[in-house]
Amino acid sequence: MSALLRHRLTWPVLALVLLLLLNQLFRADFLSVRVQDGHLYGSLIDILRNGAPTILIALGMTLVIASRGIDLSVGAVAAIAGAVSCMYIYSSPEPASLQTAATGVAIAVVAGLALGAWNGFLVSVIGIQPIIATLVLMTAGRGLAQLVTDGQIISVSNDSYQAIGAGYFLGLPISILIAAAAFGITGLLTRRTALGTLIESVGINPVASRLSGLDARTITWTVYVFSGLCAAVAGLMISSNVTAADANNAGLYIEMDAILAVVIGGTSLAGGRYSLVGTLVGALIIQTLTTTVYTLGVPPEATLVFKALVVIIVCLLQSSRARTLLSRRRRPVTEPSRPKVAA
Amino acid sequence: MGGTAPVVDMQGISIAFPGVRALDGVDFRLFPGEVHALLGENGAGKSTLIKALTGVYAIDDGTITVLGARTSFGTPAEAQASGISTVYQEVNLCPNLSVEENILLGREPRRRGAIHWREVRRKAEEVLDQLQLGHIDPRSVLSSHSIAIQQLVAIARAMQIEARVLILDEPTSSLDADEVQQLFSVIRTLRDRGVAILFVSHFLEQVYEVSDRMTVLRNGRLVGEYLTAELPRMGLISKMIGKELDALAELEEAESRRQPDRTDQTLFLQAEGLGRKGSVQEVTFTVHDGEILGLAGLLGSGRTETARLLFGADRADQGQLTIRGTSRALRSPRSAIDRGIAFSSENRKEEGLIGDLSVRDNLILALQAGKGWWRRVPRATQDELADRYIKALDIRPSGKDTLIRDLSGGNQQKVLLARWLITDPRLLILDEPTRGIDIGAKTQIQKLISSLAADGMSVIFISAELEEVLRISDRIAVLKDRRMVADIPNDNITMEDVMTVIAGTNA
Repeated sequence: MSALLRHRLTWPVLALVLLLLLNQLFRADFLSVRVQDGHLYGSLIDILRNGAPTILIALGMTLVIASRGIDLSVGAVAAIAGAVSCMYIYSSPEPASLQTAATGVAIAVVAGLALGAWNGFLVSVIGIQPIIATLVLMTAGRGLAQLVTDGQIISVSNDSYQAIGAGYFLGLPISILIAAAAFGITGLLTRRTALGTLIESVGINPVASRLSGLDARTITWTVYVFSGLCAAVAGLMISSNVTAADANNAGLYIEMDAILAVVIGGTSLAGGRYSLVGTLVGALIIQTLTTTVYTLGVPPEATLVFKALVVIIVCLLQSSRARTLLSRRRRPVTEPSRPKVAA
Repeated sequence: MGGTAPVVDMQGISIAFPGVRALDGVDFRLFPGEVHALLGENGAGKSTLIKALTGVYAIDDGTITVLGARTSFGTPAEAQASGISTVYQEVNLCPNLSVEENILLGREPRRRGAIHWREVRRKAEEVLDQLQLGHIDPRSVLSSHSIAIQQLVAIARAMQIEARVLILDEPTSSLDADEVQQLFSVIRTLRDRGVAILFVSHFLEQVYEVSDRMTVLRNGRLVGEYLTAELPRMGLISKMIGKELDALAELEEAESRRQPDRTDQTLFLQAEGLGRKGSVQEVTFTVHDGEILGLAGLLGSGRTETARLLFGADRADQGQLTIRGTSRALRSPRSAIDRGIAFSSENRKEEGLIGDLSVRDNLILALQAGKGWWRRVPRATQDELADRYIKALDIRPSGKDTLIRDLSGGNQQKVLLARWLITDPRLLILDEPTRGIDIGAKTQIQKLISSLAADGMSVIFISAELEEVLRISDRIAVLKDRRMVADIPNDNITMEDVMTVIAGTNA
């Protein structure tokens, strides 16, 4: 039991379950999933679908944070990805064909990779602090996206493109499938190879890692490129879902949600050991919170405060210092039985 | 100094940290108008003594008397208020403020609530003039000056507080010869004005040049207090290094350690005039297969710097390095590792351990780094290697998945050694592999090194304990003041012989 309590995923999972149950109290059909026109419907599916971009970005963010960095530019990269693909589709002679959609997606992915490489270059080669290096693109990136779209909201009408964010496959929303695939591939890629351990090693002690022969620079570079890729795919989902590119609002503040998801999932901002499952749970908590706000009918002006409160509680539960404080309070009660616990 | 009372009198000072007695009944006196050098090797207790005096550490036992009054400072600020100022090796001023702002920071003269800038300037100029530093513009930004000037500004600040005692902790380690002279002339000016100066330096020449009296510590104990003029260099060095008699008794005589002749062995590495500006100069030696080369020298003599050059951790900018007959410029640790060189740093925590990873992950790190991230060392191989080395080196606890930060120093050291042994290097550079670990582990590691060399691996062995270097090495390269000064074959030479070389005035 005590081992279970100490496991770092216990509290986040508990928080998620409690949130879901809270929703169930207010809406009896909240946890039910039904089939309609061969598609799965229900609040749980909505949470997964709406959370897919955050999950994707949080995956990339997890690896960046594990390497002792941070990527603030993901929201801007998502906006750029949406902008370039929509702009391509919009201005192509055949704006509705599958091929056009595919090319647009490819361009967005390449843009994401390139922007990630830029961040990685600033951090690993030039040696700029990650928070500053990615802040550059966070602000400049929105401007780039606006330049691409000429400051307009670009609407496209392409069924193939729309499928990314709003389509279904085998009864499930495609965006959920994409996020699940990304999660699986990232897990395999980092844990079946040595990449995960090496990222952690660089994050825990970069000097010792270099002296052990690790190419810390390449590893750092890789995680930023990966983060750029994740952000680009998330940006495609977001713009596809509304069949438009909105340079100003697409992926706005998503970097904050992603960082929160990582932290709630138990990965330390100081770098080192990370947990992809934890990040997944963290991202779901954040998305569920948003849904809960609507279910409970929290007035819109109090929404952000409500979210913040829940996040603070989850973080406090995870902080070992806060837990020590809590248990110290209770110590007088448990004092007599302590020797037994120790033994 | 006859007749004057000491300005600082510390008696029977003891401080214990968990598991270590950092200071054990140390006496220390400091008289007005003297430069007093505090000497000792790493871990001798110099810093601890200074921190006890300046209120950073609370003392467990003993008394501190300052200006005739018994005191115990709770904080460095209290010590400063009593006239004790410390200037540390790293200048801790505000680099982006001006010289005058730094000198008077927190004590700016005020007029009607606002800072009286003209008065600030006048006071700053006054103290700079007193120290014959009138050439420094008080309005210039501190960071525009060299480290040496910044250090002098730190001293000026201390003087502005009207310090009676000035503690200089390794003030010269980043200065060049001219800058040292400038610092010394300021020190002498202050001494003549009656300030008591505590000077810590590992450069013996400088100690002899500037100090009047010295106190030597070793392993947290007082060795003695001497007048500089009366203690020759040789005597000082043997007092600093000493001999660990009980340690010796426990060590078995390493059997047939020295293979009589290694010249028939293949040459592995040759360094000719290797050096790096500001780090170490004129490193010239050869290492043959199966040979153990010891690097001897005092703290700060350039032992670690030499190792870092040979490993590519720092790039050499002078001289030539030849490995297996081919001239090589090592650009990174990776390139050195690819040539079969391994390096275990003296700084286990900062440069060796990946604290939050398991023993297993730490063990295979160098091997994995060599294979790249794609080709993961299979789990079965990891287990097999971990089990083998945990057993061979007697690493405890023997769990592969224990986090390495939970191991004791000696066991951590063994894991780091194993990390390199797994990669099967041709040359193993060990910087202080036995420092801070218990005698049992120490013996095990020394035996291991001898047997590795017997199997043909070359070893460069660095230790502050001369005794140990002599016992293990086939040849000894001596470093002094960041230069290599001698290369001696280790047949029937004694500690005294090596000390003579270390002490030799400007070889």
